[in-house]
Parts: sequence; C-alpha cells; structure tokens
Amino acid sequence: MIYFARKFGFFLATLWAVITLNFFIPRLQPGDPAEIIVKRLAGKDSALDQAQVEAMRAMLGTPTDSLWHQYVSYLSELVHGNFGLSYTYYPFPVTEVIAQAFWWTVVLVAIVQVLSFAGGVVLGAYAAWRRNSRFDSVVTLGSTFLGTLQPFWIGLLLLYVFGYTLGWFPTSGGYEESTPGWNWAFIQEAVSHAFLPAVALLIVTPIGWILGMRNTMIMNLGEDYIRLAKAKGLPDRTVALKYAARNALLPSVTGFALALGGVLGGAILVETVFDYPGLGRLMGEALQQKDYPLLQALMLLTAVGVLIANLVADLLYGVLDPRARRAEG
Amino acid sequence: MSMTPVPTPGEDFMAAGEPGQDLAVEQVSDVETPDQWWQVIWSSKKARVGVIVLAVYVLVAVFAPFIAPHDPLDGSFPPLAEPSSTNWLGTTTSGQDIASQLIYGSRISLLVGLFGGLFATIIATVVGLISGYAEGTILDDVLSFVTNVFIVIPIFPLILTLVAYSEVRGVWLIVAVVSITSWAGAARAKRAQIITLRNRDFVTAAKFSGEGTWRIVFREIMPNMSSLVLASFVGAATGAIAAEAGLAALGLGDSRTVSWGTMLYQSNAQGAIAQGLWLWVFAPGLVLAILMTATTFINFGVDLLSNPHLREDA
Repeated sequence: MIYFARKFGFFLATLWAVITLNFFIPRLQPGDPAEIIVKRLAGKDSALDQAQVEAMRAMLGTPTDSLWHQYVSYLSELVHGNFGLSYTYYPFPVTEVIAQAFWWTVVLVAIVQVLSFAGGVVLGAYAAWRRNSRFDSVVTLGSTFLGTLQPFWIGLLLLYVFGYTLGWFPTSGGYEESTPGWNWAFIQEAVSHAFLPAVALLIVTPIGWILGMRNTMIMNLGEDYIRLAKAKGLPDRTVALKYAARNALLPSVTGFALALGGVLGGAILVETVFDYPGLGRLMGEALQQKDYPLLQALMLLTAVGVLIANLVADLLYGVLDPRARRAEG
Repeated sequence: MSMTPVPTPGEDFMAAGEPGQDLAVEQVSDVETPDQWWQVIWSSKKARVGVIVLAVYVLVAVFAPFIAPHDPLDGSFPPLAEPSSTNWLGTTTSGQDIASQLIYGSRISLLVGLFGGLFATIIATVVGLISGYAEGTILDDVLSFVTNVFIVIPIFPLILTLVAYSEVRGVWLIVAVVSITSWAGAARAKRAQIITLRNRDFVTAAKFSGEGTWRIVFREIMPNMSSLVLASFVGAATGAIAAEAGLAALGLGDSRTVSWGTMLYQSNAQGAIAQGLWLWVFAPGLVLAILMTATTFINFGVDLLSNPHLREDA
C-alpha cells in the first residue's frame, strides 16, 4: 500500500512541477508576453472580448501584479479549463482547437505504441534467446542504425515513394470527403491517411524495446532458475517464454511511459510532414505562428498525458512484481 | 572531455560493481600492462568503425571551405539543376549547391553535438554525483526529484516551447536548451554508481586525511567513473545532434546558417518531395543518420571500459 501511495505522491508532485514550469517558461523572457499577444489579438479583431484579455492576462501575467498573485490566478484559470484563445484559429478557444485534433493523435500514437511494444519485445526476446546467431546480429546492428533515423525523414521518403511516385497513399490530410464519425467511408479514408505516418514512426519506435528486452533477457538467461528449468528437462519453448521472457518483460512495463514521450515528440514532425490533422501538426503550427496560448496548452497536455501513463505503468509494475512493493514499501 | 588516462585495472574493479570474486585474480595479471582506455575502445570492431567515420566527419567539417566546391548560400546556379560535375548533388529551388550545403552542414551538427553533449554531461555529473554522495539527505531528495521530473517530462515538446519563446535564434540557443533539458537520465545513472563507490576504502581514507567533500567527490571518486561519464557524453552528443536536426527541420534553426536540419526544412517548405527532388531530402537525413550511428558505435566500445565482462565477446 505504501508503494502505491508513494507512486501517487510522485505523480502529484511531478504534476505540480510541470504546471509550475509551464507558468515560468513565458516569464523567463524579458518583456511581457501577454502584452504582445493582446496586441496581436487586438490587431486581428477590434472588438476584443474583455473577458478573454483577462484570461490571457491570467495565463501569461500582468506585469504589475506580484509573481505570487500571477501564479494563483494562473492556477485558477487552469482549474476552470481556461487556456485562452488561440490566435491562429481566432476566435476559438485553445481547448476547442485541441479537442478537434485530439483523437487523431491519440489513435495514431496508441496504435504505434502498442505495435512497437509487441513487436519490439518479441524481436528482442528472440534475439536474446538466439544470442550471437545471425538473426541476433542483424537485429542488433539493424536496430542501432534504424534507431538513428529521424521519423520525419523516413516520412518524407515514404511520401515520395508511396505517395507521389506510386500514388498508393494520400499525401496529406486525415480524410477526404466523408463526414467524420463511425461510418465505413470515413474509417477507410482515415486508415489510408494514417498508414504512412504510422509506418514512419514504427520504423524507429520499436528499437528501444528491442534492445532493452534483449539486454534484460540475456541477463535473465544467466540466472539459476533458468539453469534449473533446463536441468529439469523442460522444453526450450517453455523455458524461453514462460521463464525468461516473462520475467524480462517486467522492466519494459515502466519504460512504457518514457517511450510514449518519445513517440509524441516524433509525432510532432511526422504529422507536420504528412499534414495530418493531429496535435503534433497543431504544435508545429503554433510554433510557426508564435501562438503561445495554444503552444502552452499543448505542452501541458502532452506532459500530463505522459505523467498519467507513467503513473499507470508504475502502479501496474507494483501489481505485477511483489518485490517492487516490498523493496520500496 | 577530460579523460585522464586512469590505470584501467583499478577502474574496472570499481566500475564492475561486483567486489571480490574473479576480478581480484585478473587484476594481478593485468597490473603489468594495463590497457589504455583508448586501446580498449579500439579493440571493439564497431567502435573502430565509429571512430573512423567520426574522424572523416570532423575532417570534412574542419576543411569544409577547401572541400566544398561552392559557397553554400550562393544562389547563382540555375535552380533545380540535375546532379552534374559543377553541382554534384544538383541545386535547390533557389539555385544553391546541395553538395556544398551538405559539407558545411556537418559543422553545425558536430558543434551542437560537442557542446550540447559537454554541457549536458557537466550538469548530469554535478547533479548525479552530489545527490548520490549525499544519499538520504534532503539535498539528495531535492536533486533526485528534479532529476525524476526531467526524466518523465517529454523532452522534445519542452525544448520546442523553450525555443519558441526565445527572440534569438541560433546554434547556441539550441545548445543551451538541449543541455538544460536532456541531462536527467545520465544524472540518475551517475547517482546510482557513486552510491556503490562512496563507502569504499579509498574514500574513507580520503575523508580521514581531511580532504574536503568537493575534492573527494570530483577528484577521488569521479576518475573511477570516467567511462560512465564518457558514455553519457557520447550519448548526450548523439541526442543533441538529433534535437538540432528536429528543431531546424521545424524551422526553428538559424536561417543564416546551413545545417542538415535547415536543409530538410527548406526542402520541405519548397515542396521538394512533390517536385521529385528526392536527393535534397535524402542526402541530409542520410549523413545525419550515419553520423549518429557512428557515435552510437563508439559507445559500444566505451561500454567495454565499464564492463570488462563484455570484452571477451568483442
């Protein structure tokens, strides 16, 4: 029980740290970011909603107020879900802009994450079991090289070959003419648009799992309980899968959240390359347009998402491995 | 990176983290001719390839003005030219020589790798060693917490946000932002390592001889961890190179300099792919990947320093 309380406490503390970091980043700059944004907004639409200016002030600070006062009003705006107006998509609030893009990225990243975990763990375990075989060296060397490729660069090449030259897949967007929702035409279009971005990520993302699983598995294969299992005459398959792989899988569980952060980072560039209508492309746009409210909300959302994933992984680890509970409890 | 050539037997003994056992025997036979650290790295075939490839990149970067056929920003060539004897890899939409851009681009990547890796390693070493040496105190709790926060937060979105707020653009901004965001994993590894070292006899001896904490941590203990420090430097440098490419490819680089990332940004912004100019995209990404593979290979050799058990396989 103490283990779970500790993990939850760490989650709350990191959540606070991220929110506070997000508060301080705009204030590291000389000058008054709120002033700049309010001016830009005012330039776009003379009838500027006073309440929105107030919200912006609360998020980014009124220079006359004390830092503490700014911090408190920032927190209160966060609690009320008020992230200000995007000024790329003026006059829509940031939350609405994000809601539109949210599921595109969540579905893409979830599929990539699950497939790379499953594929990476299987390849890594097999490479370890057949250590120093040709399969192992191909996988290890291949992973080292593929791991250094940039997903967006792979994306550009895929786009060139399968999008423009062969014409097998659409070159941009998330869907064509169908209405988004649970209808067959839309799902077909969405899948064909998401295919190349997913492949671009999938070439790189399993690498960490492959190498990590291989290392843990090799370590586990040297343990006494494996020797005992072999001496008992258990079939290789049982020793490999039920003994070694099962135990080697444990550390991979905690790596899940950290890998998620990597996938989300890669998705920013990949979505931009494919003009895929998700959070990553939105972040790219926010950067180019200096859309600070949108940028900060996205940064916060990404960080909180990864923190929650990390909490889930930690709790799951505690359930799966009683040793962890005892050691830290 | 100050890699003082520490006699390796002592280092192996410390770094292996397994006191006693078979190591004591090896140590005696090794004392006569200790392998220098660079000999150990060189003994790995992968690391050898990595070192040679990296050396080629460094030479290209240093002698770029002599190797490159043209000024990388000179836009006086016919735009969209096919590869020819004048323009080895063709030209961009604005008539710049792609091959020359590629050659000059190596300078930015190596610069960011060197200094980004260096600063991140300095932060990681100071934080990791202090927090590990002070294990169990409030100082350690605070430093460990900060480290864990930076491990969990997704780094790339954080880097983007920091860069977005900056009014200046350029290589040094990228170096600074990458260093302050990507030290945490290495700090945790160093903290774990110093905890296994800080109760060894030589540390106790140093304490009794009246040496100050700072000196014990950085002059007595740190040399025993130099392979870990070197490994984290190479890793951080590789990460910094990748981060620069990603940032520049998003258009956050310095538009007045040429890097492989800015080349990718330009080619994407000018619709190179749609126009079939695949070389413009392909070349910078490939040289980038080869450089990062080389540094990763070098780390295979550095791993041999800290883990002598791996050496028999190499």
